Amino acid sequence: MEKYLWLVPALPFAGALILILGSGKLTKGISGFIGAGSVGLSAAISLVLGLQFLREPATVIQQQLWSWFSVGGLSTNFALHLDALSMVFIFVITFVGFLIHLYSIEFMHDDDGFTRFFAYLNLFVCSMLILVLADNLVLMYLGWEGVGLCSYLLIGFWYKEEKNGYAARKAFIITRVGDTAMAIGLFMLFQTFGTLTIQEILNLAPQRLPMGSETGTIIAFLLLGGAVGKSAQLPLQTWLPDAMAGPSPVSALIHAATMVTAGVYLITRTFPLFELAPLAQNWVGIIGAVTLLIAGFSALTQFDLKRVLAYSTISQIGYMFLALGVGAYSSAIFHFMIHAFFKALLFLGAGAVIMVLHHEHDMFKMGGLKDKLPVIFWTFLIGAGSLAALPFITAGFYSKDQILWMALASEKGNIWFFLAALIGAFVTAIYTFRMVFLTFYGEEKTHVGHPVGALITIPLVILGILSFAAGFIELPHTLGHFTLFSDYMTAVVPATELSPGIESTEWLIQLSAAVLCLAGVGIAYFFYMKRTDLRAELKSSMIVTNRFWYSGWGFDQVYDFVFVKPYVYLSSINKNDIIDAFYKGIVSVSNFFHDAFARTQNGVMRWYIMGIVVGAIFVLSIGLLFQ
Amino acid sequence: MKAIPVEAGLILAGTLFMLGLISVLIRRNIIFMLISVEIMLNAAGLAFIVAGARWGQPDGQVMFIFILTMAAAEVSVGLALILQLYHQLQTLDGDAANKMKG
Repeated sequence: MEKYLWLVPALPFAGALILILGSGKLTKGISGFIGAGSVGLSAAISLVLGLQFLREPATVIQQQLWSWFSVGGLSTNFALHLDALSMVFIFVITFVGFLIHLYSIEFMHDDDGFTRFFAYLNLFVCSMLILVLADNLVLMYLGWEGVGLCSYLLIGFWYKEEKNGYAARKAFIITRVGDTAMAIGLFMLFQTFGTLTIQEILNLAPQRLPMGSETGTIIAFLLLGGAVGKSAQLPLQTWLPDAMAGPSPVSALIHAATMVTAGVYLITRTFPLFELAPLAQNWVGIIGAVTLLIAGFSALTQFDLKRVLAYSTISQIGYMFLALGVGAYSSAIFHFMIHAFFKALLFLGAGAVIMVLHHEHDMFKMGGLKDKLPVIFWTFLIGAGSLAALPFITAGFYSKDQILWMALASEKGNIWFFLAALIGAFVTAIYTFRMVFLTFYGEEKTHVGHPVGALITIPLVILGILSFAAGFIELPHTLGHFTLFSDYMTAVVPATELSPGIESTEWLIQLSAAVLCLAGVGIAYFFYMKRTDLRAELKSSMIVTNRFWYSGWGFDQVYDFVFVKPYVYLSSINKNDIIDAFYKGIVSVSNFFHDAFARTQNGVMRWYIMGIVVGAIFVLSIGLLFQ
Repeated sequence: MKAIPVEAGLILAGTLFMLGLISVLIRRNIIFMLISVEIMLNAAGLAFIVAGARWGQPDGQVMFIFILTMAAAEVSVGLALILQLYHQLQTLDGDAANKMKG
């Protein structure tokens, strides 16, 4: 099976090629079949590979396909590297990707750009697989930019509306800021190590970069910059809420399950570099902690169902960064996997709700869908429970609880990280169930259109089962002590070093997290089900805070003021391009002489003779003067 | 026989050349322009003869014969062109032949 590894990214790429070339000639049935089928085959291959890895987590599959380029001291191969870490990622990408493709067949069925949609989606899956399978950082950067491109194309998929194009450009440009930092980081890595092959760098790192060295810290910070841009963390998080302009399956696949977690992958993949730069690693945690709080509070005030989920995605990735910052790599990857399941589920559910309500995004205009759309309701409820980390029964509880525990218990953790995570968990429970109560309970406010078909409900049910059951592969010490996932991950990342003598408090932390989560659900119930009249009062008493949170803590306004406005002003001054003035000058001088000489060519022979005479006199006098 | 001074011969040749040149420039009748060119050619020939006599070498006379031959060829081509011009334009005005301007 190992020799078929290359097929995993190649199949979606072939699918994308066929769909692009056959665009306009293929029927919707064939397009959907090619789009979903190619990813489905990849998913099947990665499932078989995954079973092999479960038996032997330490397996490493190397596959060199061809030499990409060789310039100076840098020779880059198109080579794939599959280990336990990338296995988790390719499993999630292909499997969740396949379910989302299936869902899209029905969701996008009436759209004119059906074939184009699947072409982009397949290209995205291919790029994302290259990103996580890359053996060297150059190839990873190819995938990294590829997913950025596909994200741009898919956010602006409905390009006829101007705001979608704006959102697409915003996402592309803001992530480009991070990508530039990452590119500089790669240059510095090459300068330091003379190679960009990931495994070689990781092996050489302890010799070349002493603990806490300046170069190492700068490199780690630059890589963090790339991760922050892609994963929508502070201060580059503002693109993700706007990215919801794309179709819901896109939000589910790219802006929840896979692409936005590329930053988590990058940091986990290069964790020895971060271990050697404790300052940078601490900042990973700080960024995560601050982001999860900021995004959580923003999610509390949104109207748009998908924007709530977008802020919640930022917040949950904040949890992953927090885990990475305290050295709990396996917890971060575990939360990544669980998050991919339940957040894809929530986005797909939200997409289905929005579809049956005729593109109504405002939660306050929904309601009463519980009985009308039972399958969507129950699966959405499971996803929401998982996001809010309802104790003991949901997968999200086990993954988030581990991060909470690590934030305090890890040697690199501290009480502030823990408190941020705890408050974040409380806020998460409130906004999640606010969303559920507003959308599914209360009276019906918008007419429900036609019911959804099997292609939408099947992926929802499968993801619902995963969001519920996938947590049981990793149980904490206090509850069964079953460590399948973290044992599996030790093949790539070390177990987290705990502070001595802290283990006895684990049950206390779990208890407080569980109580806070239930309290959050209770608060949401009180304000949005029981005493809906108190809501307006509460809102008017906190109107300033409310507006501040609604706008995402004013980051957009600040960036608009600091970067966008001055840039637009400068470009309006320089509308005619100062540099061009030089070239335009050359043109007008040549034009002038052209006109002057053209006038001498008047067809009068005597005039020409005169010219010859003057020329001869001129040459002769020069000859006489300088003889 | 007293030899003519070189300066006198060259001044004569120069004067003839300038006369020819000026009349090419001021005449509009194309036949007169052709004649003026002939005068300029002969002025150049005269300068060769004078220079040949000054150095006692035959090269000057050789060049004059060469110029004569070339002038004959030139006149035949020139007259043919003048005929054509007259056929086309019904005039001998050289300035009228400015159809190829610009």
